[in-house]
Amino acid sequence: MAVQSDVIDDAGPYDRAKALSAFKLGDVTFYWITRLSAISVLLILGGIIISLVVGAFPAIKEYGLSFLWTQRWAPSADPPVLGALGPMYGTLVTSFIAMLIAIPVGLGIAIFLTELCPQWLRRPIGMAIELLAGIPSIIYGMWGFFVLGPFLANTFQPFMIKIFDGVPVLGAIFAGPPSYLSLFNAALILAIMVLPFITSISVDVFKTVPPVLKEAAYGVGCTTWEVVRSVVIPYTRVGVIGGVMLALGRALGETMAVTFIIGNSFRISSSIFAPGTTISAAIASEFAESDGLHQSGLILLGLLLFVLTFFVLAAARLMLMRLEKKAGN
Amino acid sequence: MSDLSLSMSASGGLPHAPVLPEAPPKVTARNLNFYYGEHHALKNINLTLGANRVTAFIGPSGCGKSTLLRIFNRMYDLYPGQRATGQLMLDQTNILDGKLDLNLLRARVGMVFQKPTPFPMTIYENIAFGIRLYEKISKSEMDGRVEKALRGGALWNEVKDKLNASGLSLSGGQQQRLCIARTVAVRPEVILFDEPCSALDPISTAKVEELIQELSEDYTIAIVTHNMQQAARVSDKTAFMYLGELIEFDDTSKIFTSPTDRRTQDYITGRFG
Repeated sequence: MAVQSDVIDDAGPYDRAKALSAFKLGDVTFYWITRLSAISVLLILGGIIISLVVGAFPAIKEYGLSFLWTQRWAPSADPPVLGALGPMYGTLVTSFIAMLIAIPVGLGIAIFLTELCPQWLRRPIGMAIELLAGIPSIIYGMWGFFVLGPFLANTFQPFMIKIFDGVPVLGAIFAGPPSYLSLFNAALILAIMVLPFITSISVDVFKTVPPVLKEAAYGVGCTTWEVVRSVVIPYTRVGVIGGVMLALGRALGETMAVTFIIGNSFRISSSIFAPGTTISAAIASEFAESDGLHQSGLILLGLLLFVLTFFVLAAARLMLMRLEKKAGN
Repeated sequence: MSDLSLSMSASGGLPHAPVLPEAPPKVTARNLNFYYGEHHALKNINLTLGANRVTAFIGPSGCGKSTLLRIFNRMYDLYPGQRATGQLMLDQTNILDGKLDLNLLRARVGMVFQKPTPFPMTIYENIAFGIRLYEKISKSEMDGRVEKALRGGALWNEVKDKLNASGLSLSGGQQQRLCIARTVAVRPEVILFDEPCSALDPISTAKVEELIQELSEDYTIAIVTHNMQQAARVSDKTAFMYLGELIEFDDTSKIFTSPTDRRTQDYITGRFG
């Protein structure tokens, strides 16, 4: 800064071009720094994919596509039998249930905070949501293990099992026996963990709705619910779905809390009250004492999680595009 | 006589119509006061909107004309700390009654805003949305109502082939007429226009003004405007407001030719405001 101002001060009228060329150099440097930062994302992503593929190669060669639909996971058998069906199923099911719970609750909180909440309650609730996002996942894991798990196993699970006993389909989903460690417990913890993402992003985008647009909706006689449903949410659709995607991404990959409370069983059960495992939980609990083909199989699981996340996010984008079309854009 | 008024409005700036017979009152304000928290924004307003008449509200910025308009449909209720006192009657209904069903009131008193506010949905849905709030009707009936409303908003010919396009894809002037059509579709009794043309080009403005004239056959209309020619062109009565008070309220032709109050005269001749 000092150098530049000296140049301008001392220079005669014809040195102006020189001063400008100094700026130009700065501009070029700036351009390249930002460009390299952006490219580094691609390099890191590519590097991770390559190292995953290399690490997973022995397992890919050994099991091929059957890895995807084998349920058995027996790394100490000879030769080891490894299949990803259990962890994949657990990952998808826990994330699905978590979103099923977190989306309505998260949006509900956001709607309450922006449209209905009295001014004095706004800050405490807003801060509580942010604090929720700041709790380390290991804390959630311990709380889920020592408090939530026993509570659910003693109250909620027996209640649901009793209600749906004998009902086709639902009876199988809510089947006994109650368990401290289960897919459902993990999903519930996941829902609590991703709630702040959905809520805080939704609150931010709800605030971008022009007041006059809401007034117009109230002006034709809408109730608050109708204004939210027909104006606020459609207007902020893209932002809200972005928040949901972020939450889903976190739910798919969350490791620590889930490892604590899911039970780490590779067997697939129709009941959501049975123990299960997710991809990240399986890797976390076995990676330290694995070697050879077993380790390669775990790396292949990681690669699968990568692909799974990619497909889920792509599907979400597709859904968004179809929504846009329906709204006439 | 009507020929004369037409040619006068075409030349612009002159009162559009001779004095009409006194209309039955539709909205009556008595000793109406309004407060933004501690700020006393409207002081002892007394006036009557005649049924099927266009009443224009003019005055410098901040004089309270938009505030007054927002009392007519209780829009101020959305915001804490704002309150009105006095009496404001819509026919036999007290608008300021705390127990009044606001949704019903707003169905009776529609509002068109300064900026076009199409909802984030298709053109068809923009109209059908309001109707659906109050009536359960079949698809074919709904089609008829939507068409009628769009014709009422002088928009039908421009959009009939793209009813499923987004309301946001229309031009500013078209969006504003869509909003008018949406307001009309609910079949209100009173329509409030809050500077409806301030974001529009002259041609769109002319269309909207023409529309307001036509609508006055079926509706009672109140319009806030900064454009005095517009007030003169479209309204039957004009209210001049200044610093939260109603200074003068009379036939538009009288206000613009021989105002009684000095401040009204200064304002309409452009000496302040």
